[in-house]
Amino acid sequence: MTVIQIFIVAFVLFAVSRTVARFRDGSLSLAWLVFWCVLWTTAGVAALLPRTTEWFARLIGVGRGVDAVIYASIIFLFYLVFRIFLRLEKIEHDITLVVRKGALGKLAGEGDKDEKL
Amino acid sequence: MIMRTFVVVPAFNEGRTVGQVVRSLAPVADRVIVVDDGSSDGTAAAAAAAGALVVGHVLNRGLGAALGTGIAAAVALGAEAVVTFDADGQHRAEDVPRMVEPIAAGRADAVIGCRTSDRRRMPAARRIANWIGNALTAALFGLWVSDSQSGLRAFSRRAAGELEIRCDRMEVSSEIVKEIKRHGWRLAEVPIVPIYTEYSMSKGQGFITGLKTAARLLLRRLEG
Repeated sequence: MTVIQIFIVAFVLFAVSRTVARFRDGSLSLAWLVFWCVLWTTAGVAALLPRTTEWFARLIGVGRGVDAVIYASIIFLFYLVFRIFLRLEKIEHDITLVVRKGALGKLAGEGDKDEKL
Repeated sequence: MIMRTFVVVPAFNEGRTVGQVVRSLAPVADRVIVVDDGSSDGTAAAAAAAGALVVGHVLNRGLGAALGTGIAAAVALGAEAVVTFDADGQHRAEDVPRMVEPIAAGRADAVIGCRTSDRRRMPAARRIANWIGNALTAALFGLWVSDSQSGLRAFSRRAAGELEIRCDRMEVSSEIVKEIKRHGWRLAEVPIVPIYTEYSMSKGQGFITGLKTAARLLLRRLEG
């Protein structure tokens, strides 16, 4: 086993343990637990048995296994950033709705005063 | 006044100009609603002193958020026509009746004030940025508008009530074009005369903000 393999496998074990801990404390749903465990396990298998990535590379028509893994990782990261962007935008808009509710609520409360304007 | 017209003025740190803007609107509006978007420079006090109804955001939420709040307030208070108007002194109050006229005449549900009719008035850099904004808006939402980024707009009561603003920031201008297309509203484009001062130029979208706005529009379009 090479140093990089040991490093990747150790990181995968660490990541899986953190994922399980997040699931246990209730901040991660079962679906996301399964998703992340499958993802990290795939990364671990690809590191321990590099031949498997060659099979994947042939399947999608890319020359080398390691290239296929890098392409797939980049696509996955872009998708993840996009998901985070959407989530952030939603949270931002939810804050706006709360702020708006406060602003319009005050307006309703000042109804009588408002009529004089 | 032909219709009960409410003018919504979104304002963030516009204390220098908002009072004058509100006073100029008094003869052409039944009510002026200033949305103070979390300003720290006395914008709300200046607007209230000038006679506006001030609706305040406790946090700065952006242009789109302020417009959404102001339009909702105008509809709740019984407006028949809602006009959006910039607080930086870029628009002329005398253009407001011309903006409302197509709605009052039953020819339009939404009106956009176009600054491009007299091209010499607009600085070249602004003109190019505007064209890019128009092209991007048309490519994403399928409706070409001569001045998609204009802040002077008018809506009928029905359109204002149905308008769904989800963009909190500058993308709102393009989102409004999207809403016009989505609802199939009749659009009128009215030529307006912009006033470009050093102050109003500094308040517009800079290059970086413009890029961010474009990026957000693209990502939002991906969202579907």
